[in-house]
Amino acid sequence: MKSTLGYFRRNPTLAVGLSFLLILILFTSVGRLFVDPEHAYPLSVPANLPPNAEYPFGTDREGRDLLAAMIVGTGMTLEIGAIAGAIGLALGIVLGFVAGYTGGIIDTVITSLIDIWMSIPSFLLLILIASAFSKVTLGVTQMGLIVAIVSWAGPARAIRAQVLSMRERPFIMMSKLSGMGAFEIIMKELVPNLLPYLVMSLSQSVYGAIMASLGLEALGIGSRREPTMGMTLYNVNYYSAFLVGMWWWILEPTLVIIFTLTSLVLTSIGLDEIANPRRRRTV
Amino acid sequence: MRRYVIKRVLFLFLVIWTAATINWILPRMTGRDPIKEQLSAQIASQGRTAADATAMMDMYNNLFGLKKPLWQQYLTYVANVLRLDFGYSIQEYPRKVLDIIIARSRISFPVFIIATIISFAFGVLLGGLMGWNKTPKWIPRILTPPLLVFGSVPAFLVALILIYFVAFRWKLLPLGLPYDRTMIEDWSNIKFLMNYAHHAILPITATVVVQLSGWALSMRAMMVTVEGEDFTTFAEAKGLKPSRIFMKYLMRNATLPALTGLAITFGYIITGAAVAESFFNYAGIGARLAQAISVFDYFVIYGIVIILVMCIAVATFIMDMIYPLLDPRITYKAQKG
Repeated sequence: MKSTLGYFRRNPTLAVGLSFLLILILFTSVGRLFVDPEHAYPLSVPANLPPNAEYPFGTDREGRDLLAAMIVGTGMTLEIGAIAGAIGLALGIVLGFVAGYTGGIIDTVITSLIDIWMSIPSFLLLILIASAFSKVTLGVTQMGLIVAIVSWAGPARAIRAQVLSMRERPFIMMSKLSGMGAFEIIMKELVPNLLPYLVMSLSQSVYGAIMASLGLEALGIGSRREPTMGMTLYNVNYYSAFLVGMWWWILEPTLVIIFTLTSLVLTSIGLDEIANPRRRRTV
Repeated sequence: MRRYVIKRVLFLFLVIWTAATINWILPRMTGRDPIKEQLSAQIASQGRTAADATAMMDMYNNLFGLKKPLWQQYLTYVANVLRLDFGYSIQEYPRKVLDIIIARSRISFPVFIIATIISFAFGVLLGGLMGWNKTPKWIPRILTPPLLVFGSVPAFLVALILIYFVAFRWKLLPLGLPYDRTMIEDWSNIKFLMNYAHHAILPITATVVVQLSGWALSMRAMMVTVEGEDFTTFAEAKGLKPSRIFMKYLMRNATLPALTGLAITFGYIITGAAVAESFFNYAGIGARLAQAISVFDYFVIYGIVIILVMCIAVATFIMDMIYPLLDPRITYKAQKG
């Protein structure tokens, strides 16, 4: 416990990032106890109210309590990010390890696949994919699955590079000589040694997935009913909230999104310091 | 070198072909029929009869060749994409998708390109100064947190903040529309250009704020690496002026990796600015994309997406080709893979 605190003092970026994330998770989980989650949906409360005693965050044009919408929406946006980030990373780990460890023709095939996939701007690809589905069916889980389609290539490439550099190290040679199989070496030697790196990749892919889902929703792709952060912004734009001066409706999602994204970026930078000790003190 | 160029050209086509193929397969997998959806919407809103609609659907399906066998449809489709023929807009029939794209690109691309140049130039300079060991320490300490925040949010979020404060609250700059309603689009008219520039300030600022931050941060990290190199120590030992060391030794070397990123970031800038446009209501290519998405005008959606994919792929290609001219250490002879 004491050593953890000591480490956080040396790596304040990670400490700040993680505590921001914790605040967000508490906000969306404990917050539900104080508001009615149903009020995050249209026509549940009086519309267009500025912040007041009963609705401290005000209400929007469609009759949502914005405090409830923020609480529920933060959870949804994080969920989309977590689903897409986890699936993307899992695929990336499998492809990265297979390509990096086996090498040869399999490596060439996987690497060219990654190269092609990464040369198509993922966001444009997502627009094509997501708009081929009808909007009503695009709930939180579906959104996460769709975003996952593009989130594997980045981690796969990075993990492959890490595995390549790790493969020729003496301790891997030793395990090979002692007769361990490829799968055993990957699970018992490579994965534990790359663990800090994998955790950092996870926080990066969650960040990337959230950015992608925000962009899609801001363009109006996704379920209009769900109060995700991106959809709230879409509604802000759709109803021209700034022209009618509903500043609270603009300010609140903006701040929550800035807070969410910043916390993920800080966590990534902090974890990067653990994964690449050489990088310490440059950021 | 020649083998590399041939390989790179093949790769360019492979990228475009992959994007185009995904686009062809998807609607056939999900079973969403844009023509049928659009026509039923028209039946509901404009009082067309069902018999009309069936006739129109037959006409459209013949027009797009949707009654031929699949492989034939696919070949026609690929040939059309290569000729940049994306068919007709469903919403604005009989306008061709390519005409819409050209009209909107005229508005958007100057903004994209100017935003890229400004954010690159200032981001690199700012990051260089922040990472320079002659700069007082408090400057990077103060600047890093805001740069980190702006660098990690999407451009449309910055756009939203700018719209609210600059355009709505303080009314400093015009909102929406690339030029005044009273103007006629005429690119040789100085008055029109001034008006266009005035309207473009906000969209450019939104993109620049985000991209500049990213470049400044990575440039700062790069400077620290370059400062540790032997040639820097040697230049200092020779007693060169600090300003000369900064410009000729540090900046020149630290900018190279940033240049590699330029082409990739151009892609992010285009997509980011495209979403931001729909918030500015800017009537550029991004706002048109958002409009097409909202009414599911599929041919416009895929036309714009494929055109943007092509632009970004070509930009990356050009960057790869001129990179050895910028960095003589790179030759493509020895490169594998």
